[in-house]
Amino acid sequence: MAIWVNNDTRLLVQGITGKEGTFHALGCRDYGTKVVAGVTPGKGGTTVEGIPVFDSVEQARAATGANASMIFVPPPFAADAIMEAAGAGIELVVAITEGIPVSDMLKVKTFLRDHPTRLIGPNCPGVISPGMAKIGIMPGHIHRPGTVGVISRSGTLTYEAVWQLSNLGLGQSTCVGIGGDPVNGTHFIDVLSAFKDDPDTEAVILIGEIGGSAEEAAAEWIAANFKKPVVGFIAGRTAPPGRRMGHAGAIIAGGKGTATEKMAAMREAGLHVVESPAELGSTIQRALGR
Amino acid sequence: MKIHEFQAKDILRRFGVATPRGRVTDSAAEARAICAELGGRAVVKAQIHAGGRGKGGGVKLAHSPEEAEQVAGRILGMQLVTPQTGPEGQKVRRVLIEEALDIAQELYVSMTLDRALGRPVIMASAAGGMDIEEVAASHPEKIIRQAVDPHLGLLPFEGRRLARFLGLSGATARKAVDLLSALSRAYLETDASLVEINPMLITGGGEVLALDAKINFDDNALFRRPDVVALRDLDEEDPAEVEAGKHNLNFIKLDGSIGCMVNGAGLAMATMDIIKLYGGEPANFLDVGGSASQEAVAAAFRILVADPGCKAVLINIFGGIARTDRIANGVVGAIRELGGVPVPVVVRLEGTNVEQGRAILRDAGFGFIVAEHMADAAEKVVAAAGGR
Repeated sequence: MAIWVNNDTRLLVQGITGKEGTFHALGCRDYGTKVVAGVTPGKGGTTVEGIPVFDSVEQARAATGANASMIFVPPPFAADAIMEAAGAGIELVVAITEGIPVSDMLKVKTFLRDHPTRLIGPNCPGVISPGMAKIGIMPGHIHRPGTVGVISRSGTLTYEAVWQLSNLGLGQSTCVGIGGDPVNGTHFIDVLSAFKDDPDTEAVILIGEIGGSAEEAAAEWIAANFKKPVVGFIAGRTAPPGRRMGHAGAIIAGGKGTATEKMAAMREAGLHVVESPAELGSTIQRALGR
Repeated sequence: MKIHEFQAKDILRRFGVATPRGRVTDSAAEARAICAELGGRAVVKAQIHAGGRGKGGGVKLAHSPEEAEQVAGRILGMQLVTPQTGPEGQKVRRVLIEEALDIAQELYVSMTLDRALGRPVIMASAAGGMDIEEVAASHPEKIIRQAVDPHLGLLPFEGRRLARFLGLSGATARKAVDLLSALSRAYLETDASLVEINPMLITGGGEVLALDAKINFDDNALFRRPDVVALRDLDEEDPAEVEAGKHNLNFIKLDGSIGCMVNGAGLAMATMDIIKLYGGEPANFLDVGGSASQEAVAAAFRILVADPGCKAVLINIFGGIARTDRIANGVVGAIRELGGVPVPVVVRLEGTNVEQGRAILRDAGFGFIVAEHMADAAEKVVAAAGGR
């Protein structure tokens, strides 16, 4: 069954006429996703490799029945693109764009309060339900259909976890990259809550990073609400305070948000915490008793 | 992006925040003249980006213009060591000379993003002038947090609530509310990520001023803030980090012996962690970007091996969309371009066509140590760097 992305997903790509947008729109289509439309203001009426391009999300949705959007619009215009998709009634918006100003994302958050759209990202690799569809930039071929759910703030580290799982013969139900920015649309708990209700998900890998307190909140929620086994890892144990480790959100500020604190909160909540990122797959295997 | 205290005060004054009278200078002789203009008593403050300047001897009171000149002469050019600079310290190139005011009370106010709330918050405490992180840890009840609607700014009643918590009343409370609303506007209208006034000073006469000021900006918003970019001081940044930035590499210098080159920030942090787990110390954080192109890899190598502390390099690339054989060719091409590298290089590649990729590395003749997986890579690079 998986969560959020499946065989009913009808994807449109905002920013499809850019180099990245074209490349990854085709990557999603090659994986099996129904890519039904592209949107670039001013390029309506053209096509990209057979995919019709529209001037607005509203027009694209009316013409194609698109229900999900993937955003490759450059940072200065990305917030507007997210709000346009939500305004047009798109149910799921996946924002890949990296480098959106925080103040723009605060506008997006306000706008989304009045719209039932789920935003994933920004600055994320996207969502994949292996064997069904992918919305994002992750390499599809490393995934296998299965029952492990994966949630992560990072991109390539998620691929690492997925690769370990697939090599052990453990497939994935859905993998969600929530993104590395301080203000984002979907949080760990949103994804966990969807995995809780998904009968196809038997266990979860949760990959956090230093900075903020989202991992602590997730651990607390798991202790109270989530019965499936969860393996947790926090990247950035060696990061010095006050330095931003690549992701805008990955910074230890005021002594808070350290990996040690987060790992302790996870242990206390009953998660299987791994010290080494090389042991994510094998730990899930043990937790599932296989 | 960070700026200096004197620049932060310039910005705050534009929004109506009162600050002590004074000027910045790079000359001891001018420090004397400024002190004389200010009435013969002044505070001399070293201008570096790191905090904790007072503890390191970078803030001194001068009781006469002559003393201001002497003190400025000592501070200018010194390597100021503070708890935030590291042991090598930071060279002082400018001093701010300000009038010495009578201090009735020192308070703390700041504004930053609360990620859990998804909103900015103003934090205030009557325990100003000291280490606020210490206060937060030992007496959290002494700090108040007020969420601010980013589109409305601080509302007057919210400002009064903060002033009440700080124990202020009458005209002083009104002045504090004005300062707080100016703080909120400065934060929201400049794409700041932090505005901190510590201490916010109450004088014996009931005036409210920013005695110290710190502003950091959202790097993602710099594209539309040329006025902010103009305030950047490259002398305050690590030269290797500045060079990396030119190549769109995300690089942070650390103190260990193992250079790291990884694609993706999360995997880069995880790679540093696993090196440490195997008894090594990472020399840096470096994200070469998702595609790890030959040009990016070559630039990254130049930066890594320029560090005399670097005894071995670990390349950990997860070839997602980009094929592994192409990345291997990029790594070999980069090293050929550089005429070889002086330290052992451990390479761990994963992804499509990984067998071809590893074969390219083995056959390249540069003596690459090829690793099979992350743990193997960590073990091999720690050994190559001279063991535990």
